[in-house]
Amino acid sequence: MQIIKDREIVEDNWLHLDDEAALVAGKITVSLTRWQEQHETLAKHEGGLGLRLTGDDPLEEIVPDLANFSLIVLIFPAFTDGRCYSFARLLRDRYHYTGEIRAQGDVLRDQLFYMSQSGINSFELANPEQMENALTAFNDFSESYQTTALKPDPLYRRR
Amino acid sequence: MYQYDNYDQTMVEQRVAQYRDQTRRFLAGELTEEQFRPLRLMNGLYVQIHAPMLRIAVPYGLMSSKQVRKIAEVSRKYDRGYVHFTTRTNFQMNWPTLESVPDILAELATVQMHGIQSSGNCIRNTTSDQLAGVNADEIEDPRPWCEIIRQWSTFHPEFAYLPRKFKIAVIGTKEDRAATQLHDIGLHLVKNHEGETGFEVLVGGGLGRTPILGQVIRPFLEKKDLLSYLEAILRVYNRLGRRDNKYKARIKITVREHGLSHIRELVEAEWVHIRKQLVLDDKEIARVKQYFTEPAYEASATDDVSFAQMQAEDAAFARWVKQNVVDHKVAGYKIAYISLKAPLVPPGDVTSDQLDVVADLADEFSMGEIRSSHNQNLLLSDVKQGDLYALWLRLQAEGLATANINTMADMICCPGLDFCGLANATSIPLAKEINERFDDLDYLYDLGDIKIKISGCMNGCAHQSVGHIGILGVDKKGEEWYQFTLGGSSEADASLGERLGRAIPKDEVVDTVATLLEVFKELRHEDELFLATVRRVGIDPFKERVYADN
Repeated sequence: MQIIKDREIVEDNWLHLDDEAALVAGKITVSLTRWQEQHETLAKHEGGLGLRLTGDDPLEEIVPDLANFSLIVLIFPAFTDGRCYSFARLLRDRYHYTGEIRAQGDVLRDQLFYMSQSGINSFELANPEQMENALTAFNDFSESYQTTALKPDPLYRRR
Repeated sequence: MYQYDNYDQTMVEQRVAQYRDQTRRFLAGELTEEQFRPLRLMNGLYVQIHAPMLRIAVPYGLMSSKQVRKIAEVSRKYDRGYVHFTTRTNFQMNWPTLESVPDILAELATVQMHGIQSSGNCIRNTTSDQLAGVNADEIEDPRPWCEIIRQWSTFHPEFAYLPRKFKIAVIGTKEDRAATQLHDIGLHLVKNHEGETGFEVLVGGGLGRTPILGQVIRPFLEKKDLLSYLEAILRVYNRLGRRDNKYKARIKITVREHGLSHIRELVEAEWVHIRKQLVLDDKEIARVKQYFTEPAYEASATDDVSFAQMQAEDAAFARWVKQNVVDHKVAGYKIAYISLKAPLVPPGDVTSDQLDVVADLADEFSMGEIRSSHNQNLLLSDVKQGDLYALWLRLQAEGLATANINTMADMICCPGLDFCGLANATSIPLAKEINERFDDLDYLYDLGDIKIKISGCMNGCAHQSVGHIGILGVDKKGEEWYQFTLGGSSEADASLGERLGRAIPKDEVVDTVATLLEVFKELRHEDELFLATVRRVGIDPFKERVYADN
């Protein structure tokens, strides 16, 4: 399938494994529950491991494990649920996670700007047919007042 | 006042372009109503009973004459020639079309105005004291801090989809004219034992269905740490606030459910991490403060003798001065309230023509600035005492000289069932009826300061639970009934009103107000104010009389 990654439409072959599904070779993501239950096996998985988190999950508890994951998927059950914006911000700023952070779920064009400012760099759109148009969202604003994941200095230091 | 630079201007223009495209996509069916809803709300657009309603932000209640003229122009061009000022010092247009909103916003952007975050589950317009910078009791002018918060909160990427709306108010005096204890965060500029100025930080206040007064989360915060502390509170709330029930989603409920001390621990722990990164530079504080320096007041303003003379000669002018004019920190200057509570006019409404006149008067008499207040009135904050008579004559000619500030006629009232999709009951017609019944100004002056607040539903937009007399519309089997509360206050001595008793049918509301006033007049000691009497005697004497007859 296609996703937006680093502001481009790219082919993506990550497989999001259900908790019941058998492990397969290649790039896979698992839920926090599965990671907690099978972390010894999963830590040895080759080909790429990713972790899926929801806003309910205890982010701080997985921080020691972050080095195992080349992808963190943040799940937005509804686009109005803003908890994972804070997750993204914390992953980047506080826990210095440099891998891919992806938004999944009710991910729409009009939230992409804020998501990217919070540190999310790839997006599985809820409406993939709008992907081409959605690329313009990253340019909605040329500046941000705040300290963001993309600009560590607030605007007033550039004024 | 603050002036946009290229960065600020570019951001509001890009916002207009973004919203224009969102409106286009909604009309083209590319965005569902549900997807469009938060986007339009974060640009101030509600969809109401009769038409959309557009709320435009007036940051901390400060406007230039140029902005007020533009408001007059757009309300004439896109609406029905009037606007409505709200309790959070913003203004609303009641009849724009959804299609015209991008054009309205584009016009307002030319004078540095916008509807950004004036609604939606995000950080709303920061409010302040309408007397900021001009009253003698101030520890420090809160407006530069409001502006710093405005910029930090505008398009904050992490906090655009909070559990619920989030309101911040800042004051620089002990007296509280901004109802800070009823805000999600209240900031009070205070001095500590060492004589340094900083903020006392309150959290978890709010009205609505569950009115709660804010509590002190931090007694003293250094000014340079303001943004990091706010960001810490917001981050804790964004993660912890309830999203399963919109009536339990405000931070007041988060604080109540988790306890203040637990919330404080979480906030302080978060703050430790971000404090250094977000420390405010002295340079930035100085940059913003330079927009709020004192204007060149004329020492000769005190030489005037006409002010005293005209009050002696013209009783109507003297009445207006007594009721609507307050002292300025600079001798020879005064602050004049323009009441938007003329009898028979919905509280807070002002016509486009009146706005043009107010803009002219501000240019002529008050340094070109106009303020809006929490009580839904306007003010001219820097008028030479010698100019007041001329100002009053001009206001009078426009129906803007109603001398009723802080009297019972200076009611706060929500739009109610006539305009709002949420309301259960009417409110504006009740305000009119009360005004008609009690139209004798001398009677009102004798009663003194009485704050009546009327809301048409539990959401409590008129803050009835902190009214000296609160009136709340409820629906009983399709009929409008009204629940009274007594003894509330939104000021420094804030308290929530106590329920008088069972709800009262609509046709008895004005009689009930009359009964309450009779009891007050019998029980009051000399010039005691209504709130003081209620606090002294309790509500029982009022209750007994109101319910005695039925």
